[in-house]
Amino acid sequence: MTAYSLHSMFGWLVWRDLTLAWRRRADVLATVFFFVIVVSLFPLGIGPERETLRTIAPGVVWVAALLASMLSLGRIFGNDYQDGTLEQILLTPQSTYLIVLGKILAQWLVSELPLVIIAPVLGLQFGLSQNSLAIVVVSLLLGTPALSLIGSIGAALTLGLRAANVLVALLVLPLYIPVLIFGAGAVQASVGGTSPQPYLLLLGATLVLTLVFAPWATSAALRISVE
Amino acid sequence: MLEAVNLGCTRGDRRLFKGLNFSIKPGELIELRGANGSGKTSLLRILCGLATPAEGEVRWQGTNIRSLGEEYSRVVSYLAHQNGVKDELSAIENLRISCGVAGNTLSTVNAQKILERVGLSRQQNLPARSLSAGQRRRVALARLLTSVATVWILDEVLTSLDDTAIKLSRQVISDHLSKGGLAIIATHQELDLAAARVQRMKLSQ
Repeated sequence: MTAYSLHSMFGWLVWRDLTLAWRRRADVLATVFFFVIVVSLFPLGIGPERETLRTIAPGVVWVAALLASMLSLGRIFGNDYQDGTLEQILLTPQSTYLIVLGKILAQWLVSELPLVIIAPVLGLQFGLSQNSLAIVVVSLLLGTPALSLIGSIGAALTLGLRAANVLVALLVLPLYIPVLIFGAGAVQASVGGTSPQPYLLLLGATLVLTLVFAPWATSAALRISVE
Repeated sequence: MLEAVNLGCTRGDRRLFKGLNFSIKPGELIELRGANGSGKTSLLRILCGLATPAEGEVRWQGTNIRSLGEEYSRVVSYLAHQNGVKDELSAIENLRISCGVAGNTLSTVNAQKILERVGLSRQQNLPARSLSAGQRRRVALARLLTSVATVWILDEVLTSLDDTAIKLSRQVISDHLSKGGLAIIATHQELDLAAARVQRMKLSQ
C-alpha cells in the first residue's frame, strides 16, 4: 500500500464522518447549545458582581467544555457500531491507530471546534479582558483535542453496553482532571495577571502524550468491544 | 490457501464448536450450514479476523492471520449479517465512501454502473433510510462487486433478496470463483454454484 493511498483512505474516513455529522447536524447543534446554556446560567445565577464572575470564569468555561465534550463521545463509534459499518471500517487494510485518529479528528472538528470558536463570546459575559479571552481560546485549542482523545478510550470501551453514557462519564471524567486543571489554570493565571505560559506548556505536553497513547488504547478497546 | 487449524469457539461458557479443521484453495467454495445459534457467524468472524478463536488458529498462505494484520485485511471481504449501510447517505455515497475508506477510490461513473448492475440506478440518490430491506442488501452486494479481495466471507448473502437479485448474487459469486477467488458462505438456502470444489460443512450444537 503506497503512502498516497493511505493518505487518501484517511481523507475518505474524515470526509465520511464530516458528511454524516452534517446530515445529522441537530446532534451537533445540541452540544453547542448545551455549552452556551451552561456557561450562561452562571452569570444569571450568581449576579453581576464583576470580581466574582471574573474569578469563576475559567472554571466555569472549562467545566462546561468538559461536559459538552462528553456529550458527543457516544457518537464517535456508537452509530457505526449499530449499523455494522464499524466492522467494515476495521476490516479495511489500514491500521486501527489511523482509523481511530481519523474518527477522533472528525469528532473534534464537528463537536469541539465550535466550542472553541464560541467560547470568547461567552467569556464576555464574565467581564474577561481581551488578553484573557485569547488565553481561553488557546487553552481550549490545546485542551479539547486531548479531551477527545481521552474520551475516545471510554467511548470504545463502553461500546454496545447498556447505560453506556453514564459509564463513559464515570470512566472518562476522572481522566479529564489534568486537562481541566491546566486549562482552567492558564485562564486563571491570565486573569490574575501572571503568565499562563507554564500551564499552556503543560497542556501541550498532555496533548502530545494523549496523541501518542490514546489512539493505541482506543484501538485495543475497539477490538475487544467489536469481538 | 486459507486454513483453519483446530479451531474452537466459546460464547460465554457455552462451547459452539471445537477441533474444526479445513482448508480452501483458489476457485473453491465452502457452504456453511447449521441451525440458528450453532456458531456460523462466530466462525465467519474468526475467519475474517474480527474475533479471536478460543483455541486454534487461522492461516493464510501458511501464516497465522493474527500476525499478518492489515496485510490479511487486504485480501478479505466480509459481508456481514448487518449490511453496513449508512442511513444518512444515499446508495451511491455509501458505495463510494466505503470504497474510498477501503483504499480503492471509485469514480461516480463506475459507482453508477455498479448500482445499475444491482438494479438500484433509479434509487441511487435516495438516502438509504428510505430503501427497503432487500434494496439495502443490494447496496451491500454492490460493495462486494467493487471488492478486489481474494477471500470472500459471506453471511446469509441471499437474505431478503428477490429472485433477480438472488440470480445476480449467484452470478457474482461464480465469477469471483472462476477468477481464482475463494468463498466461504453461510447459508440456509441452496446455492447451486459451480466451483472447482464445493465443501459442505455443517455445524452442530
